[in-house]
Amino acid sequence: MSVDGSDLPDDVAELVGVPQYPSTATFDVERSYSWDTLAATQNGNPLFWDEAVAEELTGGPIAVPTTLSLWMRPHFWEPGAAGEQVALQVHFDLKARFDLPEAVMTDNTIIFHTPVRPGDRISHQQVLRSVSGPKTTKLGSGRFWVIDIEYHNQRGELVGVESYTGFGYRRDGASS
Amino acid sequence: MSSSAPLLHGVVTVGDTLPVLVVDVTPTTVVLGALASRDWRPMHHDYKFATERNGVADIFLNTPNQAAWFERYLTDWTGPRGRVGRMTFRMRDSVFPGDEMTFTGTVTDTGVDDLGCGWVDVDVELRAAHGTRGDRLCSTCSARVAIPVDADDNPWSRTAEQWRP
Repeated sequence: MSVDGSDLPDDVAELVGVPQYPSTATFDVERSYSWDTLAATQNGNPLFWDEAVAEELTGGPIAVPTTLSLWMRPHFWEPGAAGEQVALQVHFDLKARFDLPEAVMTDNTIIFHTPVRPGDRISHQQVLRSVSGPKTTKLGSGRFWVIDIEYHNQRGELVGVESYTGFGYRRDGASS
Repeated sequence: MSSSAPLLHGVVTVGDTLPVLVVDVTPTTVVLGALASRDWRPMHHDYKFATERNGVADIFLNTPNQAAWFERYLTDWTGPRGRVGRMTFRMRDSVFPGDEMTFTGTVTDTGVDDLGCGWVDVDVELRAAHGTRGDRLCSTCSARVAIPVDADDNPWSRTAEQWRP
């Protein structure tokens, strides 16, 4: 199956709709990444800077909602890890499967559910939704794919759902 | 700081525009945003990788950081009681150091769901201007944000079964 009806290799088609890489973060949600995100975007929302406002509105501190994905991103390095540690493994699997050395994200949807709080431990799973046939853009030639991710906290509550569209590509003229 | 005097649902109408936000993008903007979101991919901090491997003009804003910029833009307008329910954005072009990034927004719909939650739909455009790269539409975002229906309402108080983003 693909978004434009083109045939896909069987091994890829078999993965469409199948939850992959269910995993739990190796660290708890903490506030410093929220402050880093606020600093990076010059965001003065008092919900995240003023304890009294946080207590009034959300019963205490919550993580900046758009930090959702970062809690499942691996450390850049950790003992025993070999090679580059990457988030969204399905995306990198598809790059490798189609021998597409470069990739960018083109679309992102985030649906926010129960707020994430400091001390939470987030889990997720990735689901490949579709892969296009070959496409050419100004970046190069490759394929688009859509990957959905569900995030839950340690109580099993849904905290968010994301969908990414990625474009894996080979720059025109680049050899494999 | 105070959470008083929130933007209320009743004063928002379709066609309302949000205050414009203009930001000068530096290499630090890009790198800080990437590291804040634990995005270690080199196209967000390594000029040679971005230009020689990705084939783009420079390092560029990563996806989660763009989401965070959209969130900041929306909640600058709503105040802290504003609760973003969902956002969908398409990245048509990249945002690079040296760009002047401009956010504009327009209310496209308003409504109150059957649980009493007040919603506004907002379309946001992120444009970037640069001396040689020109003025580009980089990203378009459609967002759905809950804002209080009255002074006593707090969208954040809605638990899972009362929250339909």
